[in-house]
Parts: sequence; C-alpha cells; structure tokens
Amino acid sequence: MSNNDRRGFLAASAGLGLVAIAPGVHLMQVAQARPAGEPASKLQRWGMLVDTAKCATGCDACVSACATENGINEKVADPRQAAQWIRKIDLKDPKNGRQHSLPMMCQHCAEPPCVDVCPTGASMKRADGIVLVDRHICIGCRYCMMACPYKARSFVHQPLTQQNPEVPRGLGCVESCTLCVHRVDKGQKPACVEACPEGAMVFGDLEDPNSDIARRIAQTATTQVRADLKLNTGVRYQGI
Amino acid sequence: MSLVPFSRREETLFYMVAGFGAAIVAIGLAAALYMEHSGHVVTGMNNQIVWGLPHVFAIFLIVAASGVLNVASIGSVFGKVLYKKRAPLSGLLCIAMLAGGLAVIMLDLGRADRLVVAMTHFNPTSVFGWNVILYPGMFGIVAVYLWTMMERRMNPWSKPVGFAAFIWRLLLTTGTGSIFGFLVARQAYQSAVLAPMFIIMSFAWGLAVFMIVQRVMFAWNAMTVAPAIRNRMKNLLGVFVAAVFYFVAVYHLTNLYFAKQVAFERFILLDGGIFPVLFWGGWLFLGTILPLLLLYLPGLSAMCGSVAIASGLVILGAFCQLYVFIIGGQAFPLEIFPGMEMSSSFFDGRVDTYTPSWPEFILGLGGIGIAFTMTAIGVRVLRFLPEDDLTHLEAAGNVTD
Repeated sequence: MSNNDRRGFLAASAGLGLVAIAPGVHLMQVAQARPAGEPASKLQRWGMLVDTAKCATGCDACVSACATENGINEKVADPRQAAQWIRKIDLKDPKNGRQHSLPMMCQHCAEPPCVDVCPTGASMKRADGIVLVDRHICIGCRYCMMACPYKARSFVHQPLTQQNPEVPRGLGCVESCTLCVHRVDKGQKPACVEACPEGAMVFGDLEDPNSDIARRIAQTATTQVRADLKLNTGVRYQGI
Repeated sequence: MSLVPFSRREETLFYMVAGFGAAIVAIGLAAALYMEHSGHVVTGMNNQIVWGLPHVFAIFLIVAASGVLNVASIGSVFGKVLYKKRAPLSGLLCIAMLAGGLAVIMLDLGRADRLVVAMTHFNPTSVFGWNVILYPGMFGIVAVYLWTMMERRMNPWSKPVGFAAFIWRLLLTTGTGSIFGFLVARQAYQSAVLAPMFIIMSFAWGLAVFMIVQRVMFAWNAMTVAPAIRNRMKNLLGVFVAAVFYFVAVYHLTNLYFAKQVAFERFILLDGGIFPVLFWGGWLFLGTILPLLLLYLPGLSAMCGSVAIASGLVILGAFCQLYVFIIGGQAFPLEIFPGMEMSSSFFDGRVDTYTPSWPEFILGLGGIGIAFTMTAIGVRVLRFLPEDDLTHLEAAGNVTD
C-alpha cells in the first residue's frame, strides 16, 4: 500500500467513524433529557446568568427568539396590554451616568411571591426551580402580578390564535417566562440563551458544582435583582 | 308598634324601585358578559395597572359590608339597646353589600367561569385564598345571626352568634387589608398598618351606608329618626371618620419617614395628576373635613339632612381614597433597580395612566345594584325597620349624648 493509499484509507476510515458515532453523540445529548413520565428532580435547580457587559443596547435577539418559540405573536392595539415574557431594560445610574442594558424576565425565585399569593395554587414552582403557571387552574385574578417585584408577568387580554402546541396560552390567564421548560425537558437550552449573539446568557444547573453557570457564579461577583427581598433568584446578573 | 298595611301607591312605588335595582343589575351583568367574551382588552386595565375600577367598587362594598355589621355588634356584643334594634337591618345590609362586592370581584376575573376551581383549590399561604373561606363564611354566620335575631325561639343564641360574627368580621377586614399589606414589592402597600386601617375604614363607611339606608327607610314609612338617636349615631360616625384620618396620616408618615418612599409620596400627594386631586380634594376635603363640619359644627349639625349629606360625602371620600390607593399605588413605577433610571418597551420606570372604560364602571355599578336590590326586597318582605322604644332606651341610658 503506497503512502497516498494509506492516507486515503485513514481519511476514509476517520470519516466513516465520525458518521458512525455522530448519532451516538446526538443520542448522548438527548440522553441528558428527562425521560417522559419522570418527575422533575430537586437535585437540580435550573438557572441563568446574564453578563450585562456583553449585552448590547438595542439588541433584542433574546426577545424575538422568545416570541417565536412561545408563539407570542398577537397584535394588541394598546402596547400596555401586550404580553412580554422577556424584555430589554436600559438602566442608567444618575450619579455617574453609567449605563447597562439587560434582559428582564421571571427570575425563577426559590421563594416566589407569586406562588405565595396565588389563591388556587396555579402559580407553582417545580422541584427543579422553574416557576410556572398552571393554565388549567389560573382564574385570572392577577394577584401574582401585584406581588411580582420584577413585573415579569403578563395577563392575556384578548383571544389568541396560532399558538405553539408545546406552549399553551389562554385568554384571561396570567403567564410568564417558563425558562422554555418544554425545551429544557428535552435537554435543550432556553430559546433566548441560544439566540444571544454575544453569548451573554448562560443556562445551567445551579446545583451542579461542575456546571459552567455554577463555576462562574462561584468565581465572579454576581447580583440578584432586589436581593433585599431575599427571594433567592434563579436568574443572576453579572456587571451591574 | 303595629305597621300600617301597604297602600296601592306605595306598592307601585316599591315595584318601581325594585325594577330600577334589577335593571342596574342586568346592565352590570351584560357588561361582565361583554368583558368575559372580548377579554380585558375592552377595559382600561393593562399589565401595569392590573386592578382597576371594578376593584375600587368591590373593595368598597366588601369593606363597608364588614363595617355595617358594626351596628349589630355594638348591640349584641356590647349590649347597647339602641343598636340592638338596628341589628337585623345591619345584618341584611352586610349580606347585601358582601354579595354585591363579591359578584364584582368574581365577574372581573380573567376566567370568571372557573368559580368552581377557586372554591376547590386552596393555597393556604395566599391571603386571597383565606378570603375564599372568610367571605362565604361571613355570609353563613350573618345569615345564622339574622335567624337568631328574627326567630323568637332562637333569640337566646343571638349574643354568642353575634360575638362570632364580630370576630369573623374583624378577621375578614384584616384579610382584605392584608391583600395589600402583604405585597412586599410595591411601594404603595407592604405595610402592617393597612390591616387596622381597613378595619377602621370599614367602621366609617359601613356606618355612613347604614345612616343613609336608615333615613330612607324611615322616610318611606313617614317616620323620622328621633333626634337623640340621630345625635348618638352621628357622633359615632364622626369618631370613625376622624379615626380614618388618623390612620391615613400614620400610613403616609410611615412611608415618608421610616420606609423612605419619598418619591412615591411625592407622586401621590403632590405631582401625580389626578391622584393628589382626589386625595386632597376628594378624600380629605369632601370625604373628611366637610363631613366632620356637618356632624359637629353647631349651626350645621342641627340642619335637616346634615347627617345624610355627611354620610354621602363619607362614601364619596371612600371611593376617592380607594381610587388613589388602588390605582395610584399601581400607576407609580415599580422600583426594580432602586436608585437607577429605567426604560423599556414594557413601560418600566414610567408612571402609567389609566382610563376606566364603560364596561368596568357599569360592572362596578352592577355590584351596587345587587346590594340595593337585595336590601330593597329584604326590608319589604321582612321586618327590618328599627322600632325604637324611646322610654325603654332612656331607661337603659342609651340615648344620652
């Protein structure tokens, strides 16, 4: 066998090998997803870290990705009645003029006030820390919206059409960021995290000391918004 | 005292009054149906001002319902004969206003059709959840209380049941005040003083409603309230109105001095547009100072109708106060990043505006219609007219000022 033949054989074998193991690699990723029927575990706590130094003013890729993923596409005449699961907030410190831009959404508190005040228990926290609204028992009283310190919840003011089957929404119910629970349960990241062009958002398990998010929170100074309320938020910010 | 049978003219008048009440209830229900069908997009409420005019009406009715029972409590629990005669009417008004208030709050829900869900799913950490027990419980206790008062064989039970109603009523208003008092994030609320403040507001508003209904009922029967009784009750109203003033002052001073909510107080009291106008002009002048003058100033208080006018003004002031408290409290931007200037597409950092829509107003009015109609029918079919025996009262020492 000549050298050229040997090289050709090795390249072909490597290519074939890659093709052979690719589905396996994919399956390994899928294998991290929770099997259907298995409840969420307390051993995990999903969270997010936002690096505000990387978050660009004027960029709303996360907001658009969220709207597409969750079917938030209705036209509402009064923008104050429109649902916003995630929004960009521009901040300015009046003392020194320093500015920040950051995404704001449900902070997935460990001690969520929305869950405390909900009369029917529709507002609930999953074992893995994701705060959700059960659309079947939400009566639309909006008490959770009064209680949320982050203005993270929206009330659906008008009938909806063209919904994403994986993300049920409904007239007269309250809703907020689900941390893309339907994606997380499949082992994927939330749509906003995936869409951020600057890589400013990190998603992961706060309880796993080896996860990227846990390591970064351990190494850098991060902030919980309204930390004075002692809600132990699952979403943390860096750089504010 | 025997009552004269109703004349034909009076009968026609009654049907007109009842028909008027029923018509208000009907248009209130139509407004609720419209809101239910179209969604809250047809209201002025939005994702910042999530509770609007229906809540102003509902909370007034619920708080006043609790307070109007105070009249019965003074009679049953504290043994004042003058008030004992008024206890059945006070119980009826309590049930009627509670029904009106609850109907408004239920019909304003995003999913009013899920009433059964609200009754069958209970979250013990929710103040709203407690109220799901407290409100129907109030109906039950007051209904039994009325039975013990109006059924002669049950009379011995009226004192313990009245006492239970008294305690339940205090819990109920504590619960209503705490709906706001336990909201940790909002500058306008999150205060322990709100629970006792709501209790004292209930005393004033409830008595004001009672005074007006009592006057109308006496006039309907061509009677007048004896001056000694009128004096006694108007003095009590004055004390309650002054006590509300005291609590509101403490609430605002606490915000200014202790909680350092200076920006919020500035908004509500000085530069918040409609809210300072309603606070100073509506609640303080029309709803507090003017009624106190009408009740206590020698020249004015003796004037015919002064107590009824003062009572009406107290109710007007109550609506102004609740509007400032509920709507103003939400219009002021939430401080998500204290000390920072905020802006976003979700109106962060901006004062919100709220323009109530007709359906909301009509729904609220429908709640008053329910209370009105229930009272009108109740006083007609049962014996609710206070029958004062002045000699007996004087002997009991209940009519001296």
